Amino acid sequence: MAGSKFVTLDGNEAAALVAHRVSEVVAIYPITPASPMGECADAWSSQGRENIFGTVPEVIEMQSEAGAAGTIHGALQAGALCTTFTASQGLLLMIPDMFKIAGQLLPTVFHIAARTLATHALSIFGDHSDVMAARGTGWALLASASVQESHDLALVSHAATLKSRIPFLHFFDGFRTSHEVNKIELLSDEDISSMIDREKVLGHRRRALSPDRPELRGSSQNPDVFFQSREASNAFYEELPDRLQNVMNQFAELTGRQYRLFDYVGAPDAKHVVVMMGSGVGAAEEAVQRLVSEGEKVGLLKVRLYRPFDVQAFVSSLPASATRLAVLDRCKEPGSPGEPLYQDVVTSLAEHGAANGLANGSLPRVIGGRYGISSKEFTPAMVAAVFEQLKQKNPKPHFTVGIYDDVTHLSLAWDDQFTTEPDDVTRAVFYGLGSDGTVGASKNSVKIVGENTPLFPQGYFVYDSKKAGSVTVSHLRFGRQPINSSYLIDRATFVACHQFQFLDRIDVLKVAATGATFLLNSPHGADEVWDQLPQEVQQQIIDKKLRFYVVDGNAVARRAGMGGHINTVMQTCFFALSQLQPREEAIAHIKQAIGKTYGRWGESVLQKNYAAVDAALEGLSEVTVPSVAEGNKHLQPLIESNGTPFINRVTAPLVAGRGDLLPVSAVPADGTFPTGTSRYEKRGIAKEIPIWSQDICTDCGLCAWVCPHAAIRLKAYPPAELEGAPKGFRSKPWKGKDLADHLLTVQVAPDDCTGCGVCVDICPSKSKEAVRTRAINMKPIGPHVERERASFEFFKNLPEMKPTQTRVDTIKGSQLLQPLFEFSGACAGCGETPYLKLMSQLFGDRAIIANATGCSSIYGGNLPTTPWAKNSEGRGPTWCNSLFEDNGEFGLGMRLAINKQRDYAVELLQELSGEVGGSLVGALLQAETFDEAALVEQRRQVATLKDRLTSLSCPEAKELLQAADALVPRSVWIVGGDGWAYDIGFGGVDHVLASGENVNILVLDTGVYSNTGGQKSKATPRSATAKFAASGKPSRKKDLGMLAVSYGNVYVGQIALGANPAQTLRVFREAESFSGPSLILAYSQCVAHGIDMSKGMSHQKVVVQSGLWPLFRYDPRSAVDGGHPFRLDSRKPTISFEEFAAKEGRFAITARSNPEGAKRLFELAQQDIDDQWHYYEQMAGIERQVSEEQEEVVG
Amino acid sequence: MTADTTTRYLGIMLKNPLVASASPLTGDIESLQQLENAGAAAVVLPSLFEEQLIHDEQQFHALHEHHGGVDAESQSHFPDLLDYNLGPLSYLNLIKSAKSSLSIPVIGSLNGASTGGWERYARAIEDAGADALELNIYFVPTDPEVSSKGVEDQYVDLVGTIRKGITIPLAVKIGPQFSSLPHFVGRLAEAGADGLVLFNRFLEPDIDLHTLQIAPRLFLSNHNEYRLPMQWIAILRDQLLLSLAATSGVHTPADAIKLLLVGADAVMLTSVLLNRGVNHLHDFIAWLHNWLDVNEYDSIEQLKGSMSHQNCPDPRDLERTNYVKTLMSYTNTNSVNGT
Repeated sequence: MAGSKFVTLDGNEAAALVAHRVSEVVAIYPITPASPMGECADAWSSQGRENIFGTVPEVIEMQSEAGAAGTIHGALQAGALCTTFTASQGLLLMIPDMFKIAGQLLPTVFHIAARTLATHALSIFGDHSDVMAARGTGWALLASASVQESHDLALVSHAATLKSRIPFLHFFDGFRTSHEVNKIELLSDEDISSMIDREKVLGHRRRALSPDRPELRGSSQNPDVFFQSREASNAFYEELPDRLQNVMNQFAELTGRQYRLFDYVGAPDAKHVVVMMGSGVGAAEEAVQRLVSEGEKVGLLKVRLYRPFDVQAFVSSLPASATRLAVLDRCKEPGSPGEPLYQDVVTSLAEHGAANGLANGSLPRVIGGRYGISSKEFTPAMVAAVFEQLKQKNPKPHFTVGIYDDVTHLSLAWDDQFTTEPDDVTRAVFYGLGSDGTVGASKNSVKIVGENTPLFPQGYFVYDSKKAGSVTVSHLRFGRQPINSSYLIDRATFVACHQFQFLDRIDVLKVAATGATFLLNSPHGADEVWDQLPQEVQQQIIDKKLRFYVVDGNAVARRAGMGGHINTVMQTCFFALSQLQPREEAIAHIKQAIGKTYGRWGESVLQKNYAAVDAALEGLSEVTVPSVAEGNKHLQPLIESNGTPFINRVTAPLVAGRGDLLPVSAVPADGTFPTGTSRYEKRGIAKEIPIWSQDICTDCGLCAWVCPHAAIRLKAYPPAELEGAPKGFRSKPWKGKDLADHLLTVQVAPDDCTGCGVCVDICPSKSKEAVRTRAINMKPIGPHVERERASFEFFKNLPEMKPTQTRVDTIKGSQLLQPLFEFSGACAGCGETPYLKLMSQLFGDRAIIANATGCSSIYGGNLPTTPWAKNSEGRGPTWCNSLFEDNGEFGLGMRLAINKQRDYAVELLQELSGEVGGSLVGALLQAETFDEAALVEQRRQVATLKDRLTSLSCPEAKELLQAADALVPRSVWIVGGDGWAYDIGFGGVDHVLASGENVNILVLDTGVYSNTGGQKSKATPRSATAKFAASGKPSRKKDLGMLAVSYGNVYVGQIALGANPAQTLRVFREAESFSGPSLILAYSQCVAHGIDMSKGMSHQKVVVQSGLWPLFRYDPRSAVDGGHPFRLDSRKPTISFEEFAAKEGRFAITARSNPEGAKRLFELAQQDIDDQWHYYEQMAGIERQVSEEQEEVVG
Repeated sequence: MTADTTTRYLGIMLKNPLVASASPLTGDIESLQQLENAGAAAVVLPSLFEEQLIHDEQQFHALHEHHGGVDAESQSHFPDLLDYNLGPLSYLNLIKSAKSSLSIPVIGSLNGASTGGWERYARAIEDAGADALELNIYFVPTDPEVSSKGVEDQYVDLVGTIRKGITIPLAVKIGPQFSSLPHFVGRLAEAGADGLVLFNRFLEPDIDLHTLQIAPRLFLSNHNEYRLPMQWIAILRDQLLLSLAATSGVHTPADAIKLLLVGADAVMLTSVLLNRGVNHLHDFIAWLHNWLDVNEYDSIEQLKGSMSHQNCPDPRDLERTNYVKTLMSYTNTNSVNGT
């Protein structure tokens, strides 16, 4: 091997480093956890990095994984070397093309960060359900079990596919390998080049479609030859294992790293063997090594080539002594006799036995188990439990390990005390906030150690499911041997808590081993910190004999100009205390790493980081630990107890991070969960909260209108309700005649507020004495929290305003309605959630929501809690997520079902008219449109109907009793982001718009794939920098609104809630009241715009002023009798695009990184705006006559 | 046209006294060439704002870190680019390009915020090939504990520090708001300044009455502004040997002549060129030649300072008496009109 080079990187980058260098066309689409591979490839190509053939690979982002696969298929047929990266549902979307690619013997490699398939719920985490779903496509499946393997076997795959003409799925476990940072030996260009057979490359090119040598492929075949054709490729599959092994052998000669189709480790004379593949082999091998060292006859067979399954190689890899096998599958195949690997092993042994005349009894007994589904922890202790099971006289033929199954009793118990962690490995766990840089610093620490010492590091990072105030836990190991411990640390020799407030809510010392070092970022010095700790923390420090250090990281960082980024300070203290390197050496290496990491940001960024390093150790002090725990502080519960059994049994442990301990019986089998649970989760993440000054307030309601988390609310109530109000509860007389004699209170929910400051930015009421003081002002939470808590508790119990009691067509009137979307985990200052909140206020009591996968499905539906809530009558939005790509169709299905239910109810009602009363039936059927009062009346009449039906015994009455609720209108909302509506789901959206059905499509348009980290979509404005558009997006934003307008009979509204609240409210009400399809395009600022999110609503004003986001409505109800259905609601642009672009990071990056290109792109962006405005102005004058006949035909 | 229009500014011989001051017109090569073709004797490039550089570095770094590492799916929100063109590189490249494209002197301009930054960037500007450096110094002393001498000391210290770090001529551009300008500029000269540029125009903020917010507003100089530098150049000309350049409010060739008469070595033009276009320089130069010829001056050198404080018919006219006279004449006029 030409000069070994060790680097530290994660599995995604390790695989992409090879894939990019051996490919010419890379078609990509973002999906967690595979997105970073595509992002790397795109970034490298945009930097001009060449492949081994001396050309820069063409990287193209497609509209979906199906699009990526189709592109690859075409590029392969035209003779290019191709690759892509995907996972989970993305892989499923590729399957149709994969059958074609394999059937046409086209060599390619798809790299898969294997991820759970969405079933009862979505999961972004890792298992093999996706790759197993693709096992019938005719592709070779090659499994990598570590970061090094994901690098090595990526090359082996690319080399072998060219040799064999069989396409390869090269997969490794999502997150556990794709996101684990480890030290690996890097393959050089020469290494890669020497493995790629140029003759085979030429052969592939020679087979390319060319008009110079015309051929026909992809024909349609009849029964006469199709079958034979399928069999004609058998030889390629038969030859593949040997060809692959030869490639592996060639690779071993080059690198010294020998891989085999099946690799066995353990006792040569093992009786009991575990068979498995993927990252779990890391934990399994450690368990086997320990058990063998204790004299156990056990072993592990690692499967690398899963398809085609080489029976002979498998059998010959097993020790002849093996009598029992446990086959572990990281997936579940309900209804099957066993999971896929298990079945292959059983079949192989049976075939082998039959072929060799072996009696059944002489073959090993095989049991199968499931483990690690959706990244469930899989530890050496669990492997030991599997071996223990194999020892049983009658082992369970099918089992699970890693959970407690109290329903079907399949699970194995394991001994938590069984550990294989060696004494000479440093194990460090860091608790941080997503925003404090802990994860970045931890990755940096791994790099520093990996690249400056002979030690082998490993880093793995765990996140909670919130986007605001998320807790991160970094697990770092450092040892003298390569580390393949594919599980979390539970016996840490070093624990760092980077946020003092965590101690009140999280048991951070649970993972500390006896004698460990505990580093705390504390505003309290060494002499005073002890009294500030909860007793539970004190006791653990004493019991575990921890060495306890404090540093005021925030103060040090602030002095160094680092703001809230304490990463460098805490990292320096870690190196000083962990003694991985001599202190001075470590400091020098940290500074080198700072130079490497931050150099491109300039001298000032370097200097402040250097200053933080120098100051960190001065502030580090050891705490003298008292012998007794004392004081009044205790760990605080993370969730309010409300006595609901489900919340107490399920939600509370989930919130507390004890979900792993829940038994199978505790969780719903079909994924159905109660709504209205976020209110019980008191997160307390805001450092500042808005405080209301009632004397300045003008009752506009805008603070509540824009609040992304429904953490500021308005209530109007009679003065008598103030009885019993806590001290300091504020109110003022309501302005306006509609609620004369009422009081108004604007109240913050202090434990639910994220402190984003959007409410302050929008507040138009300023003090006459000091202009900076508004009617609502951000204040440090400390001095205010108790009073605001008490006030909010009282406020909650004030009566909610009914829609019939307030003017819902006004901003402040609408904000008196109870939000049925509250306290989500969305980013602080999120631009999407205010729209959902508004929708829930206006229509929540009758809304049924189809939600596309994306940010809104995560903050809306990610456990442990949901922000979708219920009103006091128990009504509220009912919500479901199907997929990313099918959400339009999914929502349409809901509408069709509702229509059918109503039709059925009407039929039954008419049938039973005599029994229930003709006048009631008439009243129930008479209303065609419903205002709020009519809705209330309809509900009352349905209740009457139900009363009457209960006294009837005929079957029709029972049917109608069940169907009667459908007589009350349902509001169907199809919600998602621009990635869904403009790209992957566009076909479905288009079809739903064409259907004429009464659905409301709400597109929360951030102009990027926000949830997966800011990849460009077709909604991205020209010139904005986004992932996959590193030099600024070259093409114009798609005008989805006008595409919908072209149908004529679709209501379309383009809105920006912060720019024109009244227009937004009007569009929502008009869209919902329209009896056909409606489309609302809602401008949503996002962290991916690179803006100060506290000023998000001000940005909305500017984006409208620039003309980049004109406000308009198209109402088909005006498309009659020469009416003008299109109304332009915003004024002619008053500022230039360039002026607007200067305010947002996404454009500033383009201007900085690509000055010449940016100049041109900005000019084009301005032309886009000018042209679009001109077009819209003309549209505002058009007259239309949308015929009813057309509506009927469509509908 | 026989008069010699050459003048020496910062020790550099200029073909005429008209210099294009720092503005968007001096920010790219194309317009720099147009300025040279129109007759500009030298150009001052736009200021390299250290504060802006630091702000950009911090902002772009913050953007990169922005909301990073927060959740498992989106660990960053922008592509990881190798180069953001941060730092002074693009500015230094402008100097290099200007030097290779123009034959007239190119003066770099630096607006710094910290001692380290001033020194580092001044050296970089010299290394990039600038013929001279113009320091654009501006502190807003908001701290009541800082005295006027304290403010002046900061200026003087900065000039001294930079003087030691570079060898090219050094001009200092200051505002007029000093309690004793002659004393202060004397200290600047002692600290190593080779010239003064009088005066800096500050873009004082405005208030938006609609939003009640402080709003930055860019406005160009007006015609009468030239009289402030004219007064002070007249006073300083006799006290100092260093170069003096006039800037602010030079809208007509007559303004330029007046400033030369009181002792300016060079006259800087900005607003007039932005308003009337680069080619207006041709008119300026023609008018200048014509005026010199008509009035039988042999050279600019002959003209320069001929109406300085000491050389003007009554020095008191340049002092407060001038102000008193103005008031009187105004009052008298009103009286005559019977108001």
